[in-house]
Amino acid sequence: MSELRGDTYPHAPGFVAGDRPQIVTSRFRYEDSHTLQRYLDTGGYQGLRAALAKTPTEVHDDVKRATVLGRGGAGFPAGVKWGLTPQGKFPRYLVVNGDESEPGTYKDRLLMERDPHQLIEGCLIACYAAGLSQCFLYIRGEMALAQERVATALNDAYAAGYVGKNILGSDLSVDIVLHWGAGAYVVGEETALIESLEGNRGMPRLKPPFFPAAIGLYGMPTIVNNVETLANLPWLATNGVDAYLAIGTPTSPGTRMVCVSGHVRRPGVYEMINGTTTFRDLIYGDEFCGGIRDGRELKAFVPGGGSAPWFTPEQLDIPFEGKLAGAAGSMLGSGAVMVMDETTDIPAAALTLTNFYAHESCGKCTPCREGGTWLQRLLTRVVNGQGTQADLDQIFEVGTSICPGDFPHASSEKLGLEAVPFPYKMTTICFVGPSAYAPLNSALVLFPEEFQARLKKRISIPVTGVNG
Amino acid sequence: MSNDATPKTETAATTEAVEAPVVDPNAVSVTLNGRTIQARKGELIIDAAERAGEYIPRFCYHHRMDPVGMCRMCLVEADSGRGPQITVSCMVQVAPDMKISTESPTVKRMQEGVLELLLINHPLDCPVCDKGGECPLQDQAYSHGPGESRYLEEKRHFAKPIPISDIVLLDRERCILCDRCTRFADEVAGDPLIHFNSRGNNTHITTFPDEPFSSYFSGNTVQICPVGALTATPYRFKARPWDLTSSESTCTTCSVGCRTVVHSSHDQVVRTMGVDSDPVNWGWLCDRGRFNFQSGNSEQRLTAPGVRGGDDQLHEVAWNDAIGAAAGLIREALDAGGPQSIAVLGGARGTNEDAFAWARLAHDVIGTANVSAQLGDGLPVGVLSLPRATIDDAAKAATVILLGPDLKEELPVLYLRLRHAAVKGTTKIIELTPRPSGMTRYAWKSIAYEPGTQVGVVHQLLADEQIAKQLGSGPVVIVVGRANLAESSAATVAALSELRAALNGATVLPVLRRGNVVGATLLGMRPGVDGRDSRAALRAAAEGRIECLVLVGSDPLSDFPDRDLARRALAGARRIISVDTFLSPSTALADVVLPAAAANEKAGTTTNIEGRVTVVSERVTPKGLSRPDWMIAAELASALGTDLGFASVDEVLVSINELNDSYTDVTAAALAATPDGVRVGAVPIDPINPPTVALGDRNAYDYRLVVTRKLYDAAINTAQSPALAPLAVGERVHVHPLDGERIGVAAGGDVKVFTPRTSVIMQLAYDDSVVRGTAWVPFNQPGGSVGELIDVDSPVTDVRIEVIR
Repeated sequence: MSELRGDTYPHAPGFVAGDRPQIVTSRFRYEDSHTLQRYLDTGGYQGLRAALAKTPTEVHDDVKRATVLGRGGAGFPAGVKWGLTPQGKFPRYLVVNGDESEPGTYKDRLLMERDPHQLIEGCLIACYAAGLSQCFLYIRGEMALAQERVATALNDAYAAGYVGKNILGSDLSVDIVLHWGAGAYVVGEETALIESLEGNRGMPRLKPPFFPAAIGLYGMPTIVNNVETLANLPWLATNGVDAYLAIGTPTSPGTRMVCVSGHVRRPGVYEMINGTTTFRDLIYGDEFCGGIRDGRELKAFVPGGGSAPWFTPEQLDIPFEGKLAGAAGSMLGSGAVMVMDETTDIPAAALTLTNFYAHESCGKCTPCREGGTWLQRLLTRVVNGQGTQADLDQIFEVGTSICPGDFPHASSEKLGLEAVPFPYKMTTICFVGPSAYAPLNSALVLFPEEFQARLKKRISIPVTGVNG
Repeated sequence: MSNDATPKTETAATTEAVEAPVVDPNAVSVTLNGRTIQARKGELIIDAAERAGEYIPRFCYHHRMDPVGMCRMCLVEADSGRGPQITVSCMVQVAPDMKISTESPTVKRMQEGVLELLLINHPLDCPVCDKGGECPLQDQAYSHGPGESRYLEEKRHFAKPIPISDIVLLDRERCILCDRCTRFADEVAGDPLIHFNSRGNNTHITTFPDEPFSSYFSGNTVQICPVGALTATPYRFKARPWDLTSSESTCTTCSVGCRTVVHSSHDQVVRTMGVDSDPVNWGWLCDRGRFNFQSGNSEQRLTAPGVRGGDDQLHEVAWNDAIGAAAGLIREALDAGGPQSIAVLGGARGTNEDAFAWARLAHDVIGTANVSAQLGDGLPVGVLSLPRATIDDAAKAATVILLGPDLKEELPVLYLRLRHAAVKGTTKIIELTPRPSGMTRYAWKSIAYEPGTQVGVVHQLLADEQIAKQLGSGPVVIVVGRANLAESSAATVAALSELRAALNGATVLPVLRRGNVVGATLLGMRPGVDGRDSRAALRAAAEGRIECLVLVGSDPLSDFPDRDLARRALAGARRIISVDTFLSPSTALADVVLPAAAANEKAGTTTNIEGRVTVVSERVTPKGLSRPDWMIAAELASALGTDLGFASVDEVLVSINELNDSYTDVTAAALAATPDGVRVGAVPIDPINPPTVALGDRNAYDYRLVVTRKLYDAAINTAQSPALAPLAVGERVHVHPLDGERIGVAAGGDVKVFTPRTSVIMQLAYDDSVVRGTAWVPFNQPGGSVGELIDVDSPVTDVRIEVIR
């Protein structure tokens, strides 16, 4: 195991290349992949030139036809999103969501650290196609290297005439503004990100009634795209829609970066073919993670970031296809797979995640602000061996206050459970509230016996006579 | 009901329609819990449901502020064709054929869930909480809550309560983080001094370090707080809601006429709250209007009539003796100098009934024409005859020209209304001001002028192409008042005339500030033919030509800008009769003192700046032996041999209605039917003759004096309210820092300020908002002496400021 890591783990946890088609990670093999020179040497800014040779509508149509799915978590097609802006309302903005903070997810960080120009080029293509006049690049506050690399790349790109006025001699003029986050998970939610950009407290806005595409940054139409989504565009523009569609499935074309962590032999980020690769391929495949560490058994895994309901070995053959994962009771989310082997303490694992979401609640919606902490306290008591059956029941009650109705979970043959499909209903504005409950619900539904075993034992005290 | 295509109004739609229904283009038909209701286009679900009789519980939603969807209490299920969706009813608008359920099992479960969660960290200290009994959290916990809590953990703890301003205290344990107070401070008041701190379960409201929530409107946050988290010192622990008795009334602190509800307990007023009157105050009050009820409970109140004896001391006497003494003084004066040797000043602080009775007494019984409700700090009464705008007119006008005082300081709720219009972008404000005001931040154009140069500034304004275009784009309202007490009203009146001549159809909102100055003036408290206004009357008194000066709730020594003249007038008047609630500096000099009932102690009506007549109510019995002014006038008239013809306040209103053309619509029945009041029209009285302003150049070493009122000053009702008295800023002379360096005195040092007539010593303050070459001093501050510098006979006041040697 350790020798495998030594070869492929330069920046832990790092990127693991393979023998697969690469759309967004093709330059990661170079030590200087973040420099403008390397970028230009490897076909950089050719996508932008190709795009500028077409009309914006043609480029927009290409993106629509290629069905570039949003890689931030919701999987909404980028081309469709761009089309939602109201006509004739200017200025309109592109906001790049680089506030990647979903537990287990670190793909955007690598894209910004290792290939910042690819992101910048993607931004420019998006601005051209969707008629956006300015771009704001919001990078998570903790990502120091990414901030430094993107800033350097942007300076170089400005100096070389790729960003700014009349890009490459065309009519396209786009400014890109960098903004560092201040360390709030919720700002990964697009409306909270917009609030934060405006200088306000990072709290989500309600949508509906107004989506950012209609009323966004500074009240103007705004497209918020994930880093990986935009990083796909240069390749798409250079190689064409057909080449893109040739990879993956019609509903989930192209590749997808997946971050695997946990008890596998080779954790890391993999760019894999979208739609066809299954979780079994990913976890057990030799070209991917190479199986569970020390030859142990798989117990459960998180399929799409810390807020996704869990899967068990029963769901291993589901491919990376949003609809199929949803029907099975979870989501692909941000592309973070967390693997738990048979030695995992399930209640403790659930508590780790719930702690995170309770801590990261912004405090806006009552159910999340109050419910998250309540769940955390109930579960802490159970994990510490002081819980009762009433505490377990109460966890479901609090969960129902956050998410009324049945909460999605995977099927379990052993327990005779049918899957409850995604998504859930929720009483909060954004997904932080339900996220505090999701891991907990999965753990309780799929591994009830582990919780039962933790409950406080009734100790029978022998009754003796009054006189001893 | 006619069959024409005129859109129906709301009331018409609810009356029984027998004929063919007329389609309202703004109607949206939706289903609410299975029945069809008519909502309005763009209406929020929560409002549409409420109008249809279905109350959706809520904490954060307040219809005068932008919704945030924070508390999640108002969740409903709405189906717009995609099946029932959980919907935030305070943020989502109705859509045609939407099916809304507010009582499905899911909705019930959500409501119970949210309430249980809101209560888990709430201390449930209702028995000792001021809000208990009128608490939305308490009420909705009963109506929509689960009934019991299953929370076994330790609750959240904060230090409590913490003062966030001199008046308001915050208990963060009770707070449910609904964002109402913070939104109010930011959106409505424009004082974003409180905000959320920390996050998640640790979120709490706080002020910024070393910056208290010192807003003029802080009391509103206490009123709109849906729990007992915010309390104000005047009411804290004073009473329980179920022990209170209440009546709707109108605040007469200033002339905006905010509707209020006054609460009393054990015959003492304990608090005032705003009532949402759509044309006037939208539920808001300023802190001065909200908390100065305290002065009514003051131990310093006059409680018995007094007559000055041979020992030159005031002695308590019975009412009969006092009225007899006053009537005697009036008869003596009539004998000695005739009716014109008597002057009656005041009436602006009372009710319409008070003013009317005193006007009858002055004009008809005594026969004097020397009557005025203004004290040299207003405008010629002719402004009331100009085409009048309402507050709504101003808030909906394309352009508002402000040619008057700092509204935030003098008519705070009018400031809120105009600020709202400016912030929402519906109205552009052009401000002409001698110093930056509260409105300057929101004004489209703010033009600072040197006092006396208003006409020239107006000429420049009208010549500007961009401004002319804006003025031509829609209705224009001119808000006019006295921006500076250290200059005469001449330049302002001349500028007003210029504006009106240039802007055809512009309407005028005169902002005379004393509570009922408009009503008093319209009802006769104004100079008769060849009568003296207050300035002329005081000058005559100073010259020894006034035998008897009658002060009806007026205090020239404090309020008349020229204190020297006021002092000489009170010394020169042979006799003084004063009707007052306190022994003010002027009343202390009177020969006969008649104690008057204060606000909240007498019923009647009042007239605001728009000419809107609303009801004021008698919530508590008058303090001691004090009586309403109208009753004192009637008794005095009777003692002088005339029966004014009324024996109750209702009968005075009947007389007002019969004898005043502009009050023909004002009847008890009409007032009872419309709580928002009945408007009286503009009255053709004393048309304004535009004065010519002859103004010499300012000497380069002089500073032109700007004297303005602040919200908190030495006014008797503020000074006698323990919560407000400490808030007066104090008197200092403010100059621009560069001018300060020229004077050669550091900020905080004492300087000598002198005019040709006199000099006073004041502390110097540097203020870079002061226009260079001018000096600003707040008026009537405790212990202040700026009145000594003002000479009402000169158009402007230029002073020298020098180092004390």
